[in-house]
Amino acid sequence: MISQFFVLSQRGDNIVFHRGEVPKGSAEIFFRKVKFWKQDGQEEAPPIFNVDGVNYFHVKVVGLFFVATTRVNVSPSLVLELLQRVARVIKDYLGVLSEDSFRKNFVLVYELLDEVIDFGYVQTTSTEVLKSYVFNEPIVVDAARLQPLGPGAIFMQGNKRMPGTAITKSVVANEPGGRKREEIFVDIIEKISVTFSSSGYILTSEIDGTIQMKSYLTGNPEIRLALNEDLSIGRGGGSVYDYGSSYGAGAVILDDCNFHESVRLDSFDMDRTLALVPPDGEFPVMNYRMTQEFKPPFHINCLIEEAGHLKAEVVLKIRAEFPSNITANMVVIEMPLPKYTTRASFELEPGAVGQRTDFKEANKKLEWDLKKIVGGFEHTLRAKLTFSQESHGNITKEAGPVSMTFTIPMYNASRLQVKYLQIAKKSSSYNPYRWVRYVTQANSYVARI
Amino acid sequence: MAPPAQSQRSQSPSQPSGKSEVSDLKLQLRQLAGSRAPGVDDSKRELFKKVISYMTIGIDVSSLFGEMVMCSATSDIVLKKMCYLYVGNYAKVNPDLALLTINFLQRDCHDEDPMIRGLALRSLCSLRVANLVEYLVGPLGSGLKDSNSYVRTVAVVGVLKLYHISASTCVDADFPSTLKHLMLNDPDTQIVANCLSALEEIWSAEASTSEEAAREREALISKPFIYYLLNRIKEFSEWAQCLVLELVTKYVPSDSSEIFDIMNLLEDRLQHANGAVVLATVKVFLQLTLSMTDVHQQVYERIKAPLLTLVSSGSPEQSYAVLSHLHLLVMRAPYVFSSDYKHFYCQYNEPSYVKRLKLEMLTAVANESNTYEIVTELCEYAANVDIPIARESIRAVGKIALQQYDVNAIVDRLLQFLEMEKDYVTAEALVLVKDLLRKYPQWSHDCIAVVGNISSKNVQEPKAKAALIWMLGEYSQDMQDAPYILESLVENWDEEHSAEVRLHLLTAVMKCFFKRPPETQSALGAALAAGIGDFHQDVHDRALFYYRILRYNVSVAERVVNPPKQAVSVFADTQSSEIKDRIFDEFNSLSVLYQKSSYMFTDKEHRGPLEFADELGNLSIGEAAHNVISSQRVEENDKDLLLTTAEKEETRGSSNNGSVYAVPYDSSTSVFASQTQIESAISNPTTAGHSQHASFGIDDLLGLGMPAVPDVASPPQLKLNTKAALDPNAFQQKWRQLPVALSQELSLSPQAVASLTVPQALLRHMQSHSIHCIASGGQSPNFKFFFFAQKYEEPSNYLVECIINTTSAKAQVKIKADDQRTSQAFSSLFELALSKFGTP
Repeated sequence: MISQFFVLSQRGDNIVFHRGEVPKGSAEIFFRKVKFWKQDGQEEAPPIFNVDGVNYFHVKVVGLFFVATTRVNVSPSLVLELLQRVARVIKDYLGVLSEDSFRKNFVLVYELLDEVIDFGYVQTTSTEVLKSYVFNEPIVVDAARLQPLGPGAIFMQGNKRMPGTAITKSVVANEPGGRKREEIFVDIIEKISVTFSSSGYILTSEIDGTIQMKSYLTGNPEIRLALNEDLSIGRGGGSVYDYGSSYGAGAVILDDCNFHESVRLDSFDMDRTLALVPPDGEFPVMNYRMTQEFKPPFHINCLIEEAGHLKAEVVLKIRAEFPSNITANMVVIEMPLPKYTTRASFELEPGAVGQRTDFKEANKKLEWDLKKIVGGFEHTLRAKLTFSQESHGNITKEAGPVSMTFTIPMYNASRLQVKYLQIAKKSSSYNPYRWVRYVTQANSYVARI
Repeated sequence: MAPPAQSQRSQSPSQPSGKSEVSDLKLQLRQLAGSRAPGVDDSKRELFKKVISYMTIGIDVSSLFGEMVMCSATSDIVLKKMCYLYVGNYAKVNPDLALLTINFLQRDCHDEDPMIRGLALRSLCSLRVANLVEYLVGPLGSGLKDSNSYVRTVAVVGVLKLYHISASTCVDADFPSTLKHLMLNDPDTQIVANCLSALEEIWSAEASTSEEAAREREALISKPFIYYLLNRIKEFSEWAQCLVLELVTKYVPSDSSEIFDIMNLLEDRLQHANGAVVLATVKVFLQLTLSMTDVHQQVYERIKAPLLTLVSSGSPEQSYAVLSHLHLLVMRAPYVFSSDYKHFYCQYNEPSYVKRLKLEMLTAVANESNTYEIVTELCEYAANVDIPIARESIRAVGKIALQQYDVNAIVDRLLQFLEMEKDYVTAEALVLVKDLLRKYPQWSHDCIAVVGNISSKNVQEPKAKAALIWMLGEYSQDMQDAPYILESLVENWDEEHSAEVRLHLLTAVMKCFFKRPPETQSALGAALAAGIGDFHQDVHDRALFYYRILRYNVSVAERVVNPPKQAVSVFADTQSSEIKDRIFDEFNSLSVLYQKSSYMFTDKEHRGPLEFADELGNLSIGEAAHNVISSQRVEENDKDLLLTTAEKEETRGSSNNGSVYAVPYDSSTSVFASQTQIESAISNPTTAGHSQHASFGIDDLLGLGMPAVPDVASPPQLKLNTKAALDPNAFQQKWRQLPVALSQELSLSPQAVASLTVPQALLRHMQSHSIHCIASGGQSPNFKFFFFAQKYEEPSNYLVECIINTTSAKAQVKIKADDQRTSQAFSSLFELALSKFGTP
């Protein structure tokens, strides 16, 4: 089915898995094709393409290309899913996924691949199962120096109570102390997308959530996760985008969700409880999607006005609409300016700390970084623009939209909650660490002007 | 295993050849090989790692072969694994070395540790050296019987590897039947899954030469086996589930309660977090319900939410794959998704390959109720910083406009684009306005007013410039400055690099001349002179043609260049509904992403096992394909009779999205009947000289269902339905399902051979004998046909595959029948019909 599997760095090749039908040099063919997809370099190569009868599939994970080739007309989502999964398994073993950790552990990676794919057919991608076949020990790379991978990594900032590095711990490597720590992580990660119209109304909004689990418990005990009792699934009748419900009150209504294989839903209909024996490694217990109206965490206000000959002024206001005990991190606001903008001078509010502004000359973009925003606060940026030519009438058509990225730990917009996490193990002294963590990230947070 | 591919690459001077390092390693390995010192395995591990890292970066370390093998005589499994990796890489390119390893691997195949047994067996089978296959049979045989499931799993894949090295060795050792036994009895589902993959490959390859393999292959989609798999579906790994589900799509349930049972059983697979499982399940649901229109529609409703969840929860790559499938579904059932249009709005940070698909999706779901919102959204993208997407958005607005929804508002929007003064926006908008005017000439007044304000100097892109010039020519009477703008364009003839633009310019000047002669005369002269002197052949020819026709007769020239035009009602769809249906049949494959049927991008051997569709794929769907008709067409029946075949094609293309499957069976029959009449009417003149055939033709017209061959001495009991109908899908399903009832070789008369220059000749002839063709193809001397016939007044079908070689004058015929008892009778009818071919 699959002829080859290889991982490429940004520059060259790394490891190759082979079945032998596809001509050699496919890594070079692939790389050239991806690098020069369109001459102007403006467009990314699609994840699947065909060159001379060979189909190339790739996914990008932390700057590495995971590639599979085949001549067979296979299921595209199967191969793409497999590539993602291979990346995840390798990450489970190596702790961190990076070019460096790859190079240090390529024998282990070969060993894993041999068990994952045999003669092009997928055998298993379960970290749990693989443990009994794989014997090389990982050479752990120092996680602190590396770009972390995966949604779990966002906990490394912000919340000091939690061992941020735990999530980058290999499933097989022992900790320096020798004994493994009994712990389980349950992360509720929500990516929110909101589009505001120029008059401030919400045009579309969606929450894509995942309950991610990573268990370091020995003896595979059963876990029970209880979610909100008033949780309902499927928006019966009417359009999905029916914003009938009001803010704040009422049940959590998911449009749809799906579950990991290991999840049993026996009592889900009754008490909204998920039962599972978590396998080793990181995996999504449940993915969900919600279009029910929710309160957006930030309100964006943007004004652009001409201010005399070849001049304009921009006023950007960001208001955090969440409680003051919550802080958003890594806030970045971007706004494309008219193409003929030559200069921008910024004016922050008096006493502003941890803020940075920039005018990106090359792509005519205004950038405003805020290290953190505390709930309830409002921040303003004023920018004076200088143009090289007269604008054509409507300046608002030449600039924007304003887009925003952020991370808000311990906050979730959907109000979906893990009410309790029960570990079924009959021992009073057994009390492993349980980390239930929430985080909200911007996916596409856009205000039109 | 893992060959790093570059070993043969010529090494650049800057790259170290590694020669001294390799000989150094050799020495160290030799020292360790005999050592029994404590900790020696750890030192070996370090050395092995070095060897493998050299191998990976492309340094040739094959000279270490002997030392590596020697060092691996150990119980250390990590060392063994590295050694196997190494051996696997070099044995292929160096068969002599491979022979050396055989011994060592064979011994390990008997190790007491099942891990080592399994690993050794896998390495042994991966050597892929043809002259060593004899050494594989023994270890494989015992591996398949091993008490450890890991070893059996490896052995099953090993059998497939052996088959690819030497099919005959594999078959002679009777491995396929051993696998079959394992597949039906092994408690480990991964072994069952591997057996299934292996047997699908082996039996598909063998099926062409072996009747038994063909039967076995058919048996994989028999009820007992499918149920055996379905009942344990949850025990399979997620990947093996995909394999099973793909097999289930080929199964033909006997009745609707069976269909519902299967769907209920698989219902929760739609909630799986693995997108591959969900898509495979969706395919089962869609395929099973093809013939049940209402349920099929419910399936669309059911699968919508899970697919949308996959789009938003996965990686952008996965979204792309799922969106491509959604796009296919949206094309088939736009109304199902029309209220979900907001899901297809682009997010600013999505990769452009996702945005493009979403734009196509928005175009497809646009209808009366949502056009306003969709177009408003698209207009936002038109000002986007991502220029390719901005362009695509404008095109999408145009496509929606051409679909006739709320044109009024859209035209206003397009005209606003023209006023935005961004050159690429103007360019795209001009092209669109041109297309719009061809369809809605009534808007010319509004459009022309705006277009007239655009300076041709600001339009540089050839397509846009050509569009502007076309409008200047077409509407020169309404555009004050048209002759003068054209004149200035003619003056800059030499600076115009695009031949397309120059061609349009010639035509536009001509049109303008007929409308406003005095003002255009000089421009026309200059244009013709420049055109005749043009180095581009087409431009030169067109200019010369205009010049000559003007000299011949000006009014004739006007009629040629400037005839009254009818508005275009439908722009040609690039994809025929036939192709779309084919792609739908190949749901959950690359065909959907490439929007091509698999035979267009894969060679036959790689199309996957059990791919019957492809056997038909290379053939053109025959005349019988005309029974694939939308319900709308049933009403247009009368009109249809008057149309030529070519026109029929058009009507079909435009009348709907090719929802073949929604057609209730009987309604298509009635239409088919009318077509049978035309066709027999057409075929009659060729045989008109013969009274017997002529009278038979009339009988046929009256639909009396006379026995096809009146002059048979003892007419067989079997009567065939002259108006039989079967859609290609039903045919394919049946063909898979039924066993071969009869297989024979027939001889053709010399006249028959002479008449068979194109496949169509035989089709008409057989049709006159109530044997209809569903697909045909090939070129002299090899032709292939699929025929079907139906019993008179009974829904019992006969299916025929007929391969004719005109050089040998032989026909290979395979007959399958719903009613096996009558297959002999049908066979004689078929033989008789064929024997008449070519006789006047």
